[in-house]
Amino acid sequence: MNTPVLEGRDLSRHYRVATGIFGGRGTLRALDGISVTLQQGRTLAVVGESGCGKTTLARLVTLIEPPTAGSITLDGRPATGPQAAPLPELRRLVQMVFQDPYGSLNPRKKVGSIIAEPLVINTRLSAREREETVRAIMDKVGLRPEHYGRYPHMFSGGQRQRIAIARALALRPKLVVADEPVSALDVSIQAQVLNLLMDLQEEFHLAYLFIAHDLSVVRHIADDVLVMYLGRAVEQGPKARVFAAPLHPYTRALLSATPTVDPKLRGEPIVLHGELPSPLAPPPGCPFHVRCPHTRERCRVEVPPPRPMDERMVACHFAGEL
Amino acid sequence: MPLLEIRNLSVEFGEKGHALRAVDAVDLALEEGEVLGVVGESGSGKSVSMLAVMGLIGYPGRVHADRLAFDGVDLLTLPAAERRRIAGKDIAMIFQEPMSSLNPCFTVGFQIMETLQVHEGGSRRQRRARTIELLDQVGIPAPESRLNAFPHQLSGGMNQRVMIAMAIACNPRLLIADEPTTALDVTIQKQILELLLSLQRERGMGLVLITHNMGVVAATSHRVAVMYAGQMVEQQPRDWLFGAPRHPYTAALLEALPERGLGRRRLPTIPGVVPGLYDRPSGCLFHPRCNFVQERCRREEPGITHSNGLLVRCHYPLGAGAPGDGLPSGGGRP
Repeated sequence: MNTPVLEGRDLSRHYRVATGIFGGRGTLRALDGISVTLQQGRTLAVVGESGCGKTTLARLVTLIEPPTAGSITLDGRPATGPQAAPLPELRRLVQMVFQDPYGSLNPRKKVGSIIAEPLVINTRLSAREREETVRAIMDKVGLRPEHYGRYPHMFSGGQRQRIAIARALALRPKLVVADEPVSALDVSIQAQVLNLLMDLQEEFHLAYLFIAHDLSVVRHIADDVLVMYLGRAVEQGPKARVFAAPLHPYTRALLSATPTVDPKLRGEPIVLHGELPSPLAPPPGCPFHVRCPHTRERCRVEVPPPRPMDERMVACHFAGEL
Repeated sequence: MPLLEIRNLSVEFGEKGHALRAVDAVDLALEEGEVLGVVGESGSGKSVSMLAVMGLIGYPGRVHADRLAFDGVDLLTLPAAERRRIAGKDIAMIFQEPMSSLNPCFTVGFQIMETLQVHEGGSRRQRRARTIELLDQVGIPAPESRLNAFPHQLSGGMNQRVMIAMAIACNPRLLIADEPTTALDVTIQKQILELLLSLQRERGMGLVLITHNMGVVAATSHRVAVMYAGQMVEQQPRDWLFGAPRHPYTAALLEALPERGLGRRRLPTIPGVVPGLYDRPSGCLFHPRCNFVQERCRREEPGITHSNGLLVRCHYPLGAGAPGDGLPSGGGRP
């Protein structure tokens, strides 16, 4: 087995936050014991509702924040703890594409210098070498040479996302973390950007950590899926298995709630009641028991540990029996 | 008589002579108790055309129509004061992004009661009781205590429920929902759609659901209208539209959905982008991106063809037995 591009073990991220105006403090468990492994050329999709910790996971993996507990290894090199490799070297391995292409590009910089910025910071290339690299990468993502000197406002959403992807690829990273890269785009443009991402993956053997809430996009692009709920992994495994036979009731509800055009793809209708509980005061026992249609006594008191079942990990006491 | 009847509606912005047409010759009819889905990409004029129905297009926008009638009453010739009595009462709208549509400075209770005060009158106590009832109807737990909550204290889903409560406060006969679930998570989206549909069924309202999500339309609407660059390009009953789209744009849009691309590595795409208001192509607006483009499409703008429940704006609609010219010779469907 090759060295995985990304290995995260028991990652947690807790924040101390003020809970009231009188100085009360609480612990917000944004991420609670998540483990991920990602091989070269593969795509791991992270799905879940807002507030479930998807973006926190992305921030840990891209080394924007250190984890409260757990360890990250990037391409075989420890990225956390005392043996951690120097940050500048690690940053070249992992780059990020953000959700909103209207907010993530500096409106006062030209496309050429936006894409060159990672090179300026992380490499010692001369100005001419940088321009060559930038032009080469622009060609790869489908931007025309004359776009080099234009400003972001002159581009449509899909084109902007291409610029953001070019910027992420400028350092030739091994891992690209894409935080909802297509959710701000229209359907016809979304397909163009998804195709581009898959072409680039093939060409550069990129690994993607793909954060999404649209399960039809995930079904198309992912190899593996991690379903999160309140900072925990509820189901994790190969896409084909998870989509064909979801084991966790939350995965089932998510799949059933995703609107589809084809009536054959529509599963049994499950409407979840209530909303995501506050991560400041997570419910005792299984974090999902408040909304789960199959809650039993044991779910209220005992946190279900992730256990292997049918080629994947599931955190539910009664998975397989339901 | 249809509940809402729109014929040849246009909305223009800017100076006369080089005005920008955000909505161009839209025809639409909606019966009581019907759910109509309006789909299209951003900038296709879905929201603007419905804002025109509500009378919410202000200066410098101009609204023209051969007919814009609600329940037989022509809205365009109606005096402004009478029109305001209809908008918000008989026709209500739910706006996109509940977080920014609610006023952050007032409690949600106050904002709902304001609607009631303007349209229904009644005593303060009656309005309060009615507001609690409304919040209960839209599924907000402990409604009495939520009256004094500010929008920032509620989640996105709860705020959208408040918006719905406000819209149904005066028992409207037509409800226009503009991307009501776009900012919400899928499980919450499902709850909100179920709520809207159950309210629609209970009250027999007409419902116009504006969205860009084909899946949402497929799950909710009776009839679907597709808009492109300000024009209505196709209208069909739901199952026909998804089964046999007639306009090449609709067909391409459905093909580009990831769920239809299962098993294929690359998704079929629509080349190019939606034309802006400044760079309108000649002839058919879709011709530069169309797979079936013919010489005539470049020169001549297609008109709307009506035939039993179907409306399509194309010289060469797809599918056999087509109204108009049918398939062009040599250009088959993939």
